[in-house]
Amino acid sequence: MSGLSFHRLWAVVLKEFIQMKRDRVTFGMMVGIPLMQLMMFGFAINSDPRHLPAAVHLADNGPFARTLVQALRTSEYFRIIKETESEAETQRLLQVGEVQFVVNIPVDFTRRLLRGERPTVLIEADASDPAATGPALNAVTQLADHVFNRDLPSALAPLQAQDGPVDFRIHAHYNPENITQYNVVPGLMGVVLTMTMVVITALAITRERERGTMENLLSTPVRPFEVMAGKILPYIVVGYIQISLILVVAHFIFHIPMLGSLPLLYAVALLFIAANLAVGITFSTLAKNQLQAVQMAFFFFLPSILLSGFMFPFRGMPEWAQAIGSCLPITHFLRIVRGILLKGNGLSEIAPEIWPLLLFLALAMTIGLKRYRQTLD
Amino acid sequence: MSAPDFAIDVTGVTKRFGDKTVVEAIALQVRRGEIYGFLGPNGSGKTTFIRMLCGLLTPDAGAGTCLGYDVRTQQADIKRNVGYMTQKFSYYEDLSIRENLDFVARIYGIPDRRAAVQHSLDRLGLAKRSHQLAGQLSGGWKQRLALAACLLHAPRLLLLDEPTAGVDPKARREFWDEIHQLAADGLTVLITTHYMDEAERCHRLAYLAYGRLLAAGSLAEVLASAKLFTWSVAGPDLRTLAAVLHGRPGVEQVTAFGNTLHVSGRDTASLDATVAALREPRHDWKRIPAGLEDVFISLMDGAKDNYS
Repeated sequence: MSGLSFHRLWAVVLKEFIQMKRDRVTFGMMVGIPLMQLMMFGFAINSDPRHLPAAVHLADNGPFARTLVQALRTSEYFRIIKETESEAETQRLLQVGEVQFVVNIPVDFTRRLLRGERPTVLIEADASDPAATGPALNAVTQLADHVFNRDLPSALAPLQAQDGPVDFRIHAHYNPENITQYNVVPGLMGVVLTMTMVVITALAITRERERGTMENLLSTPVRPFEVMAGKILPYIVVGYIQISLILVVAHFIFHIPMLGSLPLLYAVALLFIAANLAVGITFSTLAKNQLQAVQMAFFFFLPSILLSGFMFPFRGMPEWAQAIGSCLPITHFLRIVRGILLKGNGLSEIAPEIWPLLLFLALAMTIGLKRYRQTLD
Repeated sequence: MSAPDFAIDVTGVTKRFGDKTVVEAIALQVRRGEIYGFLGPNGSGKTTFIRMLCGLLTPDAGAGTCLGYDVRTQQADIKRNVGYMTQKFSYYEDLSIRENLDFVARIYGIPDRRAAVQHSLDRLGLAKRSHQLAGQLSGGWKQRLALAACLLHAPRLLLLDEPTAGVDPKARREFWDEIHQLAADGLTVLITTHYMDEAERCHRLAYLAYGRLLAAGSLAEVLASAKLFTWSVAGPDLRTLAAVLHGRPGVEQVTAFGNTLHVSGRDTASLDATVAALREPRHDWKRIPAGLEDVFISLMDGAKDNYS
């Protein structure tokens, strides 16, 4: 009986294939997940993000200022979505995260350029994600040399200092030292919550059904809603413990700045936790067993990590990937967490990210509860 | 309350899943304090019927009352007064016995919970094991725990779905003694089983196949209603005899019981004629009363399979 028997081995192999074929969800995942990864890694992810939204604070309307703006446009790194003369507005755009850069062209730009005085152009960057701003900032310094070498009257050529005709000053806001952890550690809060909340809820409810205890439970006077709420509440507590843990580590070990209001962060986190729990409930109503529940959670988790701006710059992705990313709650939560911690954002600045969370929550809750009801009868 | 004498009084109860009728127009009356046996092959709709009685499923058609509450509209009242023990052990394996009972007691909002749980532990002899995890219990003990849990809220009706499957004979005997004790105290019990000896311990029986009720009444009534006649034959070479008997006029069942064969049929004249023709001195033929199992198999063979 010792040694390898091929017919025995074959018997097991055949049986595995039959079971694989029966479990449609698992089979779908085995095909779906590689495809999803191919699409995301192959097309969506870009470590050299271009077309980053920028605002120009144009105090000088002279021809050279115009040339510079045009050059920024053609560089492909910047997508100038706003030209304004109000400094307050540019600051707001940066704070809310609507733009990644603000280019400040000073009043006397043209005059000083013509005098060869190396006018200063201040580029303010939202450097909370250094990976997003780095390549563009590198590009901009080289840009000016080409542009003005071509455009400046040859008579002025001697005036071009070796440093270039324009003095670009870069001011990296929110993360002046370009510390990657500043971006990653607050982001982890979203990732950890997504991972645990979705998986745990999906499992907790599927397990109850798989073991038959749900039937028993429902034959008692307990109402379906009470079962659901009772299962969810403990995990909300768990979610808050996770948030607190991350905040403590972020503060004492990584020295992440915490400029904004922590109570605000805790309050908004409830929305995010609830949104993930609702996803978990929906999965639990679709999954036949715990394995399927885990697979579905993974299916949700993958884009949450890759397309949310956690790992790769959100604005570096093509439009379609950004659209998918915008549908995920974590994308908005990441902006909220980074906004509150790194930028000191208050409620009014994070408001644009709150309503998508609310919308997602309402939608997921409706689907989840509706499906949950259907599984009962 | 429409009929205070009946704990269960339903008619025309029907349930369909998709285009499959799992329970078809069942009428059933169970008196208070009665132990009512529910028999039938696997997949005959017993569990579905019980689920409709305890408010887990709503019947597609039919009407009636359970403990005087309407099975269609007063499911919440029914749930408060019925104890339902599922076929599969369905308490929490990662909770201890006491924790499981405590959980159930909280769900029902039982006053003086601690005392009620302790009383229940003592009554069913679970006190010494109360800290053991339910998952580590053997089949018999799990069944005791399940019974204790569904008695905790002092239900007036107990619905037991194959409670003794996989339980050893001694534990089974004790379980039935307990059930009889409860019934004597006024509890009504509806119990499904595959064991004929258990069926015989019920006050009344019903037999279900393919979603339809084929027979109902006391043991004697069910036996009589089948009009089945049985010969028992002992002697040498029974295997050959069995092969010969198969398909002969009047012979519907030939079953080996140890050293005897039971030969049954509903057409007594043809059956007797066949027996007379095959009779040999070396075999010992005897007329015996039909057994419950023979009756059920006869009922099932006679019923058209409307599932297929």
